[in-house]
Amino acid sequence: MTEARDIDILHFCRSQTLRHLMLMVRSPSEVINPLLFFLLVIVLFPLGLGPDPEQLSLLAPGILWVVALLSNLMICMRLFVDDLEDGSLEQLAMARVPLSIAVLPQLLASWLASGLLLSLVSPIFGLMLGLPLEVAPVLVASLLMGTAIMLLLGAVGAALTVGVQRGGILLALLILPLYVPILIAGTRALNEALQGGDPTVALALLGAGVTGGLLLAPLAIAAGVRVSLEL
Amino acid sequence: MWRIIHQFGSPPWVYRFCDKVIPWLMPITIVALLVGSVWGLLFAPTDYKQGDSYRIIYIHVPAAVVALAGYYVMALAGLVSLVWRVKLADTAMRAAAPIGAAYTAIALITGAIWGKPTWGAWWVWDARITSMLILFFLYVGVIALFEAYENKSAAARACAVLTLVGTVNIPIIYKSVDWWYSLHQPASIKFTGESAIDPSMLYPLLLMIGAFYCLFAVTVLLNMRAELAWNHRDASWLKQLVQGT
Amino acid sequence: MYFESLAALWDMDGHGIYVWLAYLLTMCPIIVMVWLPIKRFRQHWRWIEAESRRSGIDVGGAAGESAR
Repeated sequence: MTEARDIDILHFCRSQTLRHLMLMVRSPSEVINPLLFFLLVIVLFPLGLGPDPEQLSLLAPGILWVVALLSNLMICMRLFVDDLEDGSLEQLAMARVPLSIAVLPQLLASWLASGLLLSLVSPIFGLMLGLPLEVAPVLVASLLMGTAIMLLLGAVGAALTVGVQRGGILLALLILPLYVPILIAGTRALNEALQGGDPTVALALLGAGVTGGLLLAPLAIAAGVRVSLEL
Repeated sequence: MWRIIHQFGSPPWVYRFCDKVIPWLMPITIVALLVGSVWGLLFAPTDYKQGDSYRIIYIHVPAAVVALAGYYVMALAGLVSLVWRVKLADTAMRAAAPIGAAYTAIALITGAIWGKPTWGAWWVWDARITSMLILFFLYVGVIALFEAYENKSAAARACAVLTLVGTVNIPIIYKSVDWWYSLHQPASIKFTGESAIDPSMLYPLLLMIGAFYCLFAVTVLLNMRAELAWNHRDASWLKQLVQGT
Repeated sequence: MYFESLAALWDMDGHGIYVWLAYLLTMCPIIVMVWLPIKRFRQHWRWIEAESRRSGIDVGGAAGESAR
């Protein structure tokens, strides 16, 4: 971390990403728990709605996306907490690399361990809810992009609430309204695929969201981290 | 330009500005609200489709319009507070948030009451109502974030960041909700087109929108004045003013 | 006036209850919204008045007026 000042940004980012991935490997529960949460909530729906596969497959896009939203929220709640406690967030803010770039490696590591993983196993959950296997590519693609945007937006909220007592529920209040467009586009893509329509419009919108989020969110995250550090 | 910003950053100047503007803006607001309400309730003709329940439009639409505009006012104050570190912008932002939330709540409640005779249900997942509900949560989020911070100047900066993120997102949210609604549109629900509104109904509506804007300004100024009086209770200029009366 | 009688105005073809309820529910928060900051301001004002009288410090020669 300290040697980062004289090396170029790419190297810095690589070592930071590896550091965060290592941290996750050392405490695998943080990676596995959101997935288990995802699975558990999905199990609750057939129990609550009844086992009728037709009805379930009708509701599946909405269920999958809402649960993805919630499990993403869980990940965001943990995002900067440890780093603030052990002081590495402060180190990050003082590094030569601009803070808006310096926070990205952690997000990338989080996304690899949560969004990517979730997207890849999501077809299994889809099958459990009666989604046909043909829509699996659309499901994976929409979740890949959707989780990335959600993580970027959620990181803004996490940066703002990390220093606050009981920040978790506050975080949910702050960022869930901002997730609305992602939910709409994601379920739209799935519904189109289910009904034999064209999901590319919705997927393209999600892609635009990723691009825009990557451009703007880091600035807001950096500003939020600065506010939290000054407390 | 710099002088103006500097003046806005000077508490005595802003305090006197509030003191000067409130006494004439308040009566204007009250008169406009009364005239607009009476005009809308008593003198505007009935809508041939919806009957007299359409008269709720004279509070529903102004509240919704100003609630949305209020968020942008708040975001603008947040930007000023972030970039120029003007403390007064914090005060303005803090004052605007609960007022905006109240406007959104008014729009939602009147919308629900209007929905009952028009659609037969208190709540319909109509695009506009849904967007309004999300706007309400955005306001509540700003207020909750402000209250969560112990250090109020940090709270103001955190809220400024949040409102700016919200500002970028609001058009996206509105567009996406519209899109969502157009795809799921139930066949029976139709809204009377606003483009076809008759002048005899439109003028009181415009008056009410103006009145609600004035009300927003007055309440923000009132809150700022109260806040300023408390923050500068030890300042000599304020004591002079108090003793001068 | 558009309505023929007060009763017609009150009833509005059966929609009166909704219209008047909406206006009532709008009026209440508006009154609270205006009244709260005024009340708060008056409290602060009185506090400052009492404080400056208690400390006896006179700022900038306004003593003559405040003594009145």
